[in-house]
Amino acid sequence: MNDVLLALVVVTALSFDFTNGFHDTGNAMATSIATKALNPRVAVGLSGALNLVGAFLSLTVAATIASGLVNTGLVTLTVVFAGLAGGIIWNLLTWLLGIPSSSSHALIGGIIGATIAAAGGHAVQWHDLFSKVIIPAGLSPVVAALVAATGTWLLYRISRGLTEGARSHGFRIGQIGSASMVSLAHGTNDAQKTMGIITLALIVNHSVPANASAPFWVILSCALAISLGTYMGGWRVIRTLGKGLVEIEAPQGMAAESASAAVILLSSHFGYSLSTTHVATGSIIGTGLGKKGAEVRWSVAGRMATAWLFTLPLAAVVGAGADALARGVGGDAGVIVDLIALLAVVAVIYLRSRQSRVGHDNVNAEWTGSVAPSVPAAEPATA
Amino acid sequence: MNSWINLTALWQIVVVGLLAGAGLPALFAIGLRALSVRRRAAAAPAADSDAIVGGSVPGIVAATVCFLIVLAAIGWGIYAIYQAGHPK
Repeated sequence: MNDVLLALVVVTALSFDFTNGFHDTGNAMATSIATKALNPRVAVGLSGALNLVGAFLSLTVAATIASGLVNTGLVTLTVVFAGLAGGIIWNLLTWLLGIPSSSSHALIGGIIGATIAAAGGHAVQWHDLFSKVIIPAGLSPVVAALVAATGTWLLYRISRGLTEGARSHGFRIGQIGSASMVSLAHGTNDAQKTMGIITLALIVNHSVPANASAPFWVILSCALAISLGTYMGGWRVIRTLGKGLVEIEAPQGMAAESASAAVILLSSHFGYSLSTTHVATGSIIGTGLGKKGAEVRWSVAGRMATAWLFTLPLAAVVGAGADALARGVGGDAGVIVDLIALLAVVAVIYLRSRQSRVGHDNVNAEWTGSVAPSVPAAEPATA
Repeated sequence: MNSWINLTALWQIVVVGLLAGAGLPALFAIGLRALSVRRRAAAAPAADSDAIVGGSVPGIVAATVCFLIVLAAIGWGIYAIYQAGHPK
């Protein structure tokens, strides 16, 4: 029966990976879609393909997601499942509201919450949680904003002699390159986390030895899941990042994505597994600050910051609740109950989202204050 | 404070981040600017033109150098990631 539970955990982990994919498409592609450097469907296709490549590029599994933050000896498959459920629910909820939030924090929060519920607070390595996750999460958007603001200022100064059209044309080409780098970086960074979780589940289930690295089927399935999710395109989040925060021009788009790619890649080189969402948002705000006369919609930024502060704790609450429910019912039936509850929540959120649909055809509509555009979806998108 | 924040890593990320994340796009912009230089006898482009190639040969050469450096830097970066990700 344990292998059935293991299979369930693997499928759930891949589902989380899928939500991670579409939640984060915007980090790489929102600015290019907003400036029309790339057609929306081409953009998500390109991003999906590069995420797939990126996932294979770096194979040092970041099992620090789980083994560095909680005591693995106290983790069970039920805890992993409950943690994933917490992460998925939080990801979907924020997607519905069009809020770019960190999938990584949703995952970490869920796992920590479930661990605390199952084994108590002492099972969490609090110091590492703060120094490796929470503090870098606070610093990274600031660093990204600084780099992006500097880049934006430089780009506008250097290109002063160009006509408006030439500047847009030239930097749109540049945007394709920089957005591609972020997609690559994202595949390298984020697919790792789910690989780590699945490997953890395999270790806990004694299917692989304790120090094993991820088997190839795990790498391949995670790469495909995140790539597919990316291609589905979280249009709601893309819209918020591309239109809701700052009205973006091509030079800003290039500066933002270059800053994001640089910060993400450098930080993972130093061992920090960052939130690509925090970095991308910081960069976009930075480009608003670096260009004279650009408007930053601080109310939208404020809502985002609030969501970020609450992501870890709230995902933890859901994870803890999922774990408590499973243990309350007991045994494998408990996990089944959890699964039914998870599917029900997913269905509700999905149905709710259809009432205010955002797709590739209306993602660039005028921002009117909330993620769902008030113009009907029949508005034709200009190329 | 030091066990909570790795200050060495932080300033390295900021410095290299600025060089790569702001410096490389700036180099690209310089390339664009060089590319747009017109031949001495050519007329100024219309205000709504979006042509990026101006026609001056030294400009095109300079631009090509800039773009090649940017591409090389990106290629080196990807190689470095691959190296770090596949320890021998």
